[in-house]
Amino acid sequence: MAVARHWRQQDQRYNLAGTRCGVCGGHFFPRRLMCPVCHRKSIGKLERFLFSGRGKIESFTIVHDPMTGYDLQVPYIIAYIALEEGDHVLGQIVDCDSSEVEMGREVEMVFRKLSEEGKSGTIQYGYKFRLI
Amino acid sequence: MDSGIVSYGIYIPRYRILPAEIGRVWGQNGTAMGKALGIEGKSVPAPDEDTVTISVMAARRALARIDLDPSMIGAIFVGSESHPYAVKPTATIVAEAIGAAPVLTAADFEFACKAGTAGLQSVLGLVNSPDAQVPIEYAMAIGADTSQGAPGNALEYSASAGGVALLVSRENVIAEIKHTVSYTTDTPDFWRREGMKYPSHAERFTGVPAYFRHEQEAARLLMEHMGTEPSDYDYAVFHQPNGKFPVRVSKMLGFSKEQIQPGLWTPKIGNTYSASMLMGLAGTLDVARPGQRILAVSYGSGAGSDAFHIEVTDLIDSYRRKSAPLVSEEAEKKIEIDYAVYIKLRGKLKMEGE
Amino acid sequence: MGRLAREVAVIGIGQTRFDEHWNTTFRELGIEAGYRAMEDAGISSRMIDALYLGNMSAGLFLDQEHISSMIAEVVGLTEGQVPSTRVEAAGASGGLAFRQAILDVASGLNDIVVVGGAEKMSDVPSSVATEFIAAGADQAWEGLFGATMPSLFALMARKHMHDYRTTREQIGMVAVKNHRNGSMNPLAQFQREITLDMVLNAPPVAEPLGVFDCAPASDGAAAVVLCDLKTAKDLSEKPIKVIGTGQGSDSLSISNRPDITSMRATKAAANRAYEMAGVKPKDIQVAEVHDSYTISEIISLEDLSFFEKGDGGPATERGDTSLNSLISVNTSGGLKARGHPLGATGIAQITEIVQQLRGDCGERQVRDARFGLAQNLGGTGGTAVVHILEVV
Repeated sequence: MAVARHWRQQDQRYNLAGTRCGVCGGHFFPRRLMCPVCHRKSIGKLERFLFSGRGKIESFTIVHDPMTGYDLQVPYIIAYIALEEGDHVLGQIVDCDSSEVEMGREVEMVFRKLSEEGKSGTIQYGYKFRLI
Repeated sequence: MDSGIVSYGIYIPRYRILPAEIGRVWGQNGTAMGKALGIEGKSVPAPDEDTVTISVMAARRALARIDLDPSMIGAIFVGSESHPYAVKPTATIVAEAIGAAPVLTAADFEFACKAGTAGLQSVLGLVNSPDAQVPIEYAMAIGADTSQGAPGNALEYSASAGGVALLVSRENVIAEIKHTVSYTTDTPDFWRREGMKYPSHAERFTGVPAYFRHEQEAARLLMEHMGTEPSDYDYAVFHQPNGKFPVRVSKMLGFSKEQIQPGLWTPKIGNTYSASMLMGLAGTLDVARPGQRILAVSYGSGAGSDAFHIEVTDLIDSYRRKSAPLVSEEAEKKIEIDYAVYIKLRGKLKMEGE
Repeated sequence: MGRLAREVAVIGIGQTRFDEHWNTTFRELGIEAGYRAMEDAGISSRMIDALYLGNMSAGLFLDQEHISSMIAEVVGLTEGQVPSTRVEAAGASGGLAFRQAILDVASGLNDIVVVGGAEKMSDVPSSVATEFIAAGADQAWEGLFGATMPSLFALMARKHMHDYRTTREQIGMVAVKNHRNGSMNPLAQFQREITLDMVLNAPPVAEPLGVFDCAPASDGAAAVVLCDLKTAKDLSEKPIKVIGTGQGSDSLSISNRPDITSMRATKAAANRAYEMAGVKPKDIQVAEVHDSYTISEIISLEDLSFFEKGDGGPATERGDTSLNSLISVNTSGGLKARGHPLGATGIAQITEIVQQLRGDCGERQVRDARFGLAQNLGGTGGTAVVHILEVV
């Protein structure tokens, strides 16, 4: 049961909350506690940064052999998305037919179930994406 | 200005199944069933949707229409009969997902289909008492459900999914809630025992002694308190378990078809249970103009009705409705599925290892 | 840049066949590879100074950690309390273990070292194997969100096809070539050739990749015996020198990289190895390239500078990577046909290169093989290890 591990990442998963370096202004998702550009100078200077959730598809695949917990959703679409702020994330594309997914299509973030720790365990929620 | 609705947001899952398709599987004339119930189709949640995800989407959309620092929200109550956890409130997850945590109170409500309006009455109480024990400026009530009908049961044609979030306050109100009154009795028309997957109901007993009695009594009480008659209202919204009951009760009370039309959404999306009346209210607010009056009456089995007298303010003219989907827009975004996919999406398949 | 303090050579190699070994335990796989390598080297276990092991996931697949101790015991080395070290870097565990062994001998600490790689993957159902393999990628930000390892390579494939006009057919041809090579390798898991049609029409795994684009989950072990060059010349007739070793790292998840059509870790590892070896890509006659997925070979061909960026697909189509063409890639059958027990692969790549450089590959021999290269990747390229070997 990874209750605490999942709980720690809730803000990032629910809200696409990353961090922004107070020294160089770079932003990161997932969040970083140290800027890869400014290194030690940035320690303690990273602020919470909310990404808008809007982005564009730069690659995608239709998964037939699912990850654990995704069985009911097979076949499902995973996309490599360029968020409008520049960072990239991977996310599932929901509520569409796979034929509608194309390189360059715009997407927006939605809030969905990611997984659950069995029938008696906790449920993990987080971001997925829909075509705009 | 009285306290009331500052903003509202709705969410309806995209998948739809039609009565003809349900009937096909059970050897019934689905089209005829649909006509009898006044339902053209119902929404079906995807396997990764539940009352929590629907509540969050509705809440985020309510916030998208206004400029409010979410940490100002001092209370969130979510009413549903399909909370994913029996113990662990949906409301806390909504709070984290909209940035309202951690300084707020939160809880989940249950009262069959009127859990959402029970929450609404509670948040109104909270924002109305700024000098009392609980100083709260903004509070949110949500009604959301992913209701289930047992396979082959008549409820399978209507039990659907959706959510509505209402943000209330004493400031920046687009629709004042001038008065609310409830009519509550112990009437066992429809229930679900702890641990059971599907609800049970007492068939025709759910009509006259349950739905019709409570809706009418609550509506009459409200109009008596306010000194109003049906003709004083521009719109009326009733709980809508199917497309017929709200039409009949509105007639019994003396309201016209035109008055209830913008608030009648079950025919398009099915019965969203705790979101049912609220979805009708949202659909009405989508078209309402300053000065218009709305009578809104919910119903929850078990049983009770909450009635509200609502007056739209001038602020609705500058309200950013377009920043989130209208009920009519959400209802139109559909992906039609067949019964096999429906069964898969609703988790009625026993998967390996279960 | 870096230099090895003294020269190192391989004097013995051994490998089990890679397969689903229902009757063989993990320990037994280790023993078989080990004694074959020892036989080949012609030395006794008393001469071994240290043991290195590459294994990704005995903890997940077998609920067993601390396999450094376990394997040292089963191969009889604990009688002398021989130091044993397990190295992990997902699919690059074997290659990385080989590198650690090289550094050990090169430093002068030890003279004769055995490096093994082993994995037993078939004891768990395939859906569970999928989950464990995904632990080589970013579990928190890729796996939890539904991305399996093949889906990550599929994302890389589609971007590569979009950016460079690489075709689905070119990608599939990698599998055809590697199966053809594998049919000439008695220790390969798959001994039969396949057609491009079979690849293109195979059930999809993560589009555009299908069953035949993905290396199998396998059981197997491989081992090599390493020693300093002076000792090698005394003990062996045909020692094979390690002239370059390079390693690179990159982000665990593909989203934190500037370009998903290339694996920077490979580029860095390769450049470091070429520099140390003093050879250029065109000097290499035979290479074992990490084809966990067909697209991985195409991208690696470019990252190893065997071909220009974007030419990996066309080069494959032209036959430039076929046996005895421009550069013979994956003569063993690669991960695709030889099999891919995660921790064993990196070592098996070395055994193939050594055999090629010795001239012992029979049907699949590369003519005039003088320089060989092995590239081993972890996950989607979070780790890359490159070795260059030369006939003495």
